[in-house]
Amino acid sequence: MSNRLTGSPAHRLRLERVPSPSRGATALVTVLSFALALLAGGIVLALAGENPIAVYLAMVKGAFGDRNGVAEVLVKTTPLLLTGLGVAVAFRMQLWNIGAEGQLYWGAIFATGVGLFVLPAAPGWVLVPAMIAAGLLGGGLWGLIPGALRAWFGASEIITSLMLNYVAILFSEYLVHGPWRDPGAFGFPGTPPLPAAGWLPNLGTTRIHLGLLFGLIAALLLWIMLRRTRWGYEIGVMGENPRAALYAGMPTKRTILLVMALSGALAGLAGMSEVAGIGHQLQRNLSPGYGYAAIIVAWLGRLHPFGAVLVAFLLAALTVGGDQLQMNLGLPAAIAPMLQGAILFFLLGGEVLTRYRLTRVIG
Amino acid sequence: MIRRSLFAVLAGLVLTGGIVTSLAGVAAQDATPAAEPFKVGFVYVGPVGDLGWTYAHDQGRLALEEGFPGIETGFQENVPENPADAERVIRQFAQDGFDVIFTTSFGYMDPTINVAQDFPDTTFIHISGFKTADNVGTGFGKIEEPRFVSGQVAGAMTETNQIGYVAAFPIPEVIRGINAFTLGVREVNPEATVQVVWTNTWFDPAKERAAAEALLDGGADVIAQHQDTAGPQQAAEDRGLYSVGYNADMASLAPDAVLTSAIWNWGPFYSDVVQQVMDGAWESSQYWGSWQDGVVDMAPVAEFVPEEIRAAAAEEVARFKSGEETIYTIFTGPLLDQSGEERVAAGQAMTDEELLSMDWFVEGVDGDIPT
Repeated sequence: MSNRLTGSPAHRLRLERVPSPSRGATALVTVLSFALALLAGGIVLALAGENPIAVYLAMVKGAFGDRNGVAEVLVKTTPLLLTGLGVAVAFRMQLWNIGAEGQLYWGAIFATGVGLFVLPAAPGWVLVPAMIAAGLLGGGLWGLIPGALRAWFGASEIITSLMLNYVAILFSEYLVHGPWRDPGAFGFPGTPPLPAAGWLPNLGTTRIHLGLLFGLIAALLLWIMLRRTRWGYEIGVMGENPRAALYAGMPTKRTILLVMALSGALAGLAGMSEVAGIGHQLQRNLSPGYGYAAIIVAWLGRLHPFGAVLVAFLLAALTVGGDQLQMNLGLPAAIAPMLQGAILFFLLGGEVLTRYRLTRVIG
Repeated sequence: MIRRSLFAVLAGLVLTGGIVTSLAGVAAQDATPAAEPFKVGFVYVGPVGDLGWTYAHDQGRLALEEGFPGIETGFQENVPENPADAERVIRQFAQDGFDVIFTTSFGYMDPTINVAQDFPDTTFIHISGFKTADNVGTGFGKIEEPRFVSGQVAGAMTETNQIGYVAAFPIPEVIRGINAFTLGVREVNPEATVQVVWTNTWFDPAKERAAAEALLDGGADVIAQHQDTAGPQQAAEDRGLYSVGYNADMASLAPDAVLTSAIWNWGPFYSDVVQQVMDGAWESSQYWGSWQDGVVDMAPVAEFVPEEIRAAAAEEVARFKSGEETIYTIFTGPLLDQSGEERVAAGQAMTDEELLSMDWFVEGVDGDIPT
């Protein structure tokens, strides 16, 4: 099976899919890509007058050198993992849900609404499950919209889910600037704090909260679902070969709806756990783009739930370690995202090389 | 196939991670514990090159480095005002042994308080907020004083009697600034009004510029602002109209537009705090410095402004610097609100508490405070 990505007749080069890349080759390419990324970043650091090895060590030390660093990596892992899992399950079916960001916001909005207005006086054992359910529901419903548009009208979910992100974020801004604004905050946008009964418990004195457990459990459940259930099998078939699925009588429309709802619900849970576990209120800038980073998490994790765990952790460590660059080394703030970009670029590039090979077409 | 390649990725990452971590272990062993210098950290909401709010704070940091040659300073730019990131960065500074940490935006208030609870030996100064703790003080300045004088210059220069004001968030700090500016405008030009547009941003050059352009389209011929960028200044420059800068002297960015700028001068305050902490004499307080104290100032009035306006402004500046006039003389009654109702009786000065929670516009402001 070949996949022509460069079809111009002048070049006559094409990417050919490798039927089954060897395990050794894949590992080698991954390690090499990572090394190349560090090398490329190192050149830039050296040009900036820094010793690249010292900078990298400072990043590792920032992320893993003390209890606080590790805790903050896990805090950052949580929303990346939940949204990444949501995106991965949709991508498995070749449903390109780019809307995790908006679904995250709706999960946060629903959960905050329940905490502030529906059950403000409820005890924790009622309120927390209710907020979890609200978060799942909020994100799930927002995911259903592009799902329904795709199932019934064939509208591209790439466009619709992306556009709905802006709607969700703007609606959330409207709430925190307007009707839900805390009257005690002197006009600064943000809702009042959630009742303490609705706060997710923390691990010891760190900021690690129950949301991390949600993410790990979700990864396990997804793994079981995708491997062990008929539904999981159908998702795979519909993604790889929709026509075969149709002939086999699989319920495509229903599955699209369910998968988009599940995908959105996981992102919604991320939003819920950010407000209930970290901020304890809904406010502006709730997410610095977790829903978009989720696409990287899903893709680099090869759409596998445990892969998402690993990549979410790695991305989080890059962010937390990256803080060190300016804080303690005095490097420009732009270096951290640049290094992150270089690492992702090489890893994704390496991935293409393990799955495809470049061949010259004769004639 | 997916499973197999996943395994390979796992193996690869674990391997690389292992190598790097062991390298780190080696490095950690090499490090010898030396006497730690006194360290001061700064958390910034924008980039130091904004020539606005963050630039002014960074000038304060540089003044510290100059005044205390033995200390080390560190900063982090572009830290979002959300709890996840702001608290992480502040916590990291505390964890890394910084002795004093200045958090320089309103939205860092709760994260600062949260981190301070876990690091009782570290001193935190939150700029522009109102929450304190044993190890958290606040710092701010009466920027309304130079804003008032800059309003007089603007009021004297406007020909359309419409002045635009690009406002940040509807919080008391911003409202107070608009009111002080408007009182200055109307003192020299009772016909003029100040039109307010909210952007709900601190740093969004494109949006702030667009807001200024909308005001200019509506007939304003002078633009004032509260945000950290020079977007509104450049909008005025491009139209050949006037502007009043904020945070730092913005004349270099819009030389034909900027009449003057209300500016911050953080160095002396930062130096006082650091000296007190070093001496073990620091105690939590709410610092709100005046023009006389030097924490705020006004940039020179542009040469193209007529001589008599510049002379009048210079006299006014001298009165504030000597303490003859203050924020309290600006906000002395009779003060009317937008509906013409008297809010402050004649001869009465507003109290700090009233000023710090101000949520109404004075007469002459054209715009609403969203509720």
